[in-house]
Amino acid sequence: MAESAQTTAASDERIKEISPLRRALIRPELGGIVGTVAVFTFFILFAFDSGMFTAQGVMNWSVVSAQFMIIAVGACLLMIAGEFDLSVGSMIGFAGMMIAIFSVTMSWPVWMAILITFVLCVAIGALNGYIVVRTGLPSFIVTLAFLFILRGFTIYLPQTIERKTIIGGLKDVAEGDWLASVFGGKVFQGLFVWLGDNGIIETFERGTRQGQPVVDGVPMLIIWAIVIIIFGHVLLTKTKFGNWIFAAGGDAEAARNSGVPVNKVKILMFMFTAFCATVFATCQVMEFGSAGADRGLLKEFEAIIAVVIGGALLTGGYGSVLGAALGALIFGVVQQGLFFAGVESSLFRVFLGVILLGAVILNTYIRRIITGER
Amino acid sequence: MTEDTKFHHGDAQAREPIIRMVDIQKHFGSVIALAGVSFDLKPGECHCLLGDNGAGKSTFIKTMSGVHKPTSGEIFFEGKPMHFEDPRDAISAGIATVHQHLAMIPLMSVSRNFFMGNEPTRKVAGINFFDKKLADEITMEEMRKMGINLRGPDQAVGTLSGGERQTVAIARAVHFGAKILILDEPTSALGVRQTSNVLATIDKVRSQGIGVVFISHNVRHALAVGDRFTVLNRGKTLGTAKRGEITPEELQDLMAGGQELAQLEGSLGGTV
Repeated sequence: MAESAQTTAASDERIKEISPLRRALIRPELGGIVGTVAVFTFFILFAFDSGMFTAQGVMNWSVVSAQFMIIAVGACLLMIAGEFDLSVGSMIGFAGMMIAIFSVTMSWPVWMAILITFVLCVAIGALNGYIVVRTGLPSFIVTLAFLFILRGFTIYLPQTIERKTIIGGLKDVAEGDWLASVFGGKVFQGLFVWLGDNGIIETFERGTRQGQPVVDGVPMLIIWAIVIIIFGHVLLTKTKFGNWIFAAGGDAEAARNSGVPVNKVKILMFMFTAFCATVFATCQVMEFGSAGADRGLLKEFEAIIAVVIGGALLTGGYGSVLGAALGALIFGVVQQGLFFAGVESSLFRVFLGVILLGAVILNTYIRRIITGER
Repeated sequence: MTEDTKFHHGDAQAREPIIRMVDIQKHFGSVIALAGVSFDLKPGECHCLLGDNGAGKSTFIKTMSGVHKPTSGEIFFEGKPMHFEDPRDAISAGIATVHQHLAMIPLMSVSRNFFMGNEPTRKVAGINFFDKKLADEITMEEMRKMGINLRGPDQAVGTLSGGERQTVAIARAVHFGAKILILDEPTSALGVRQTSNVLATIDKVRSQGIGVVFISHNVRHALAVGDRFTVLNRGKTLGTAKRGEITPEELQDLMAGGQELAQLEGSLGGTV
């Protein structure tokens, strides 16, 4: 018996060397990278002259992509931890509405309205997570309930308080508020003026803003997206906690047996998802100057699709924040690109469905390679 | 096989037990899962816990590893009375459990699995980062010691065989300073060759002075490595026997709780 144990200690001839292609295939970002290259190639070939790649055009799809990225990172980490949050879209509507009610209707300072809204929404995220881990119910059902609960309040509250479903006037109250500018402001304005002056980007030729560059700065939304992506990526791949996220989603029971605080990890990820949704909502409210009861509709699904395109497994335990960010980029570029190219916008949904199906099939295949299932 | 194994059975009997559990009872509502089980484990011995399905083996080891609190009875760990509030207490005291199916996460790499819950960290700019390089090096080294050649530390556990996974789990427990290693049916789902690998691993672990609790319902696997054998039946200890004092047939009978199996064995020609 001991003899047989020793023979296997020598190199195992049954392990085949895997080819570099297959090795590359098991990187979760692969689908996202391939998709991004394909999408950009397509639009450069077919829509280069449409204005999509001018300064304004780039800023247009960058903002849309950044929106998707913010919620995709939250959804990605949560999905890797083995759970879903279907209430993201409703949370966006709810958070925006609460900021508007606090600051416009109740005349609180905007910074306080934003902070209280963050606390409230992250607490709701924690409640979502708490219910999921305590009852052991699928997060699908629990967060579906919150999808309706939050959306209901988002419509009910402004209707009872203000007798309308859109609350405006945020631009005026947010004027000069330090925290509002962290979400609604723009940065690097000087750089863009310089670019405009040197003819690198276009400037307005007439009107009140004559001589100013067409793009006057990078919206804070994009900065938030970049910060959240970097934070999520570092957290997931470079920290102890990241290992716990993978473990919690890979096999919660095995993780628990190894001393990983699975419940804490899951609840924190629900809170992070809620945080991301609130960042999205705050940026949106500050940009539009109003909060509407229908904001964020279907965003939960778009976030999940971006994450899946980015290579995460729906069953948890595997995925990449960078992949999810690329998924969100693909999303934003295609949605705006079709508009630039003058294609009927309903075709965007067809594209979404097709790419989602393709991504899921690819991911399933990848999982078989990793786990050696046959 | 039972008389002449190449494993060296130490003089473990002479030492003081690491853990002693006296008259443990565990009730779940109206169900009496354990009705007074006594058990002890010495350093460097492999104590086999045998019993048929439902005998209370799992409940008992969960009590030992801090998952359940006993309804009554006493636990002495290294001579002192001990109360584990949760599994983490038991783990930090040095009681490691390797579960039957739930030891490893297939989608994660070997090194990430190896350090799951005990990740080494390195401070960069005041923030603790997961020291992956160190984790990879240690994993490769420990695996080599146990006789498993990995393609790389990034190889997913899903690509390992069942026996290799058990070995990774055991190596992990040993690396993190386990004094007691509880193996919950480590061989039940394995083939012959993989089983012998796991049994050889148990022997390596034992020779390092770690106490091994080996749960099984396979008498032959137990006899191959065990120093002592305790049989549970219907939540009670049926007795503890030393190696050489008991035959496989007697053990088998004890586990089955008596005659039926003896008759069955007769009609099958002694192959059960």
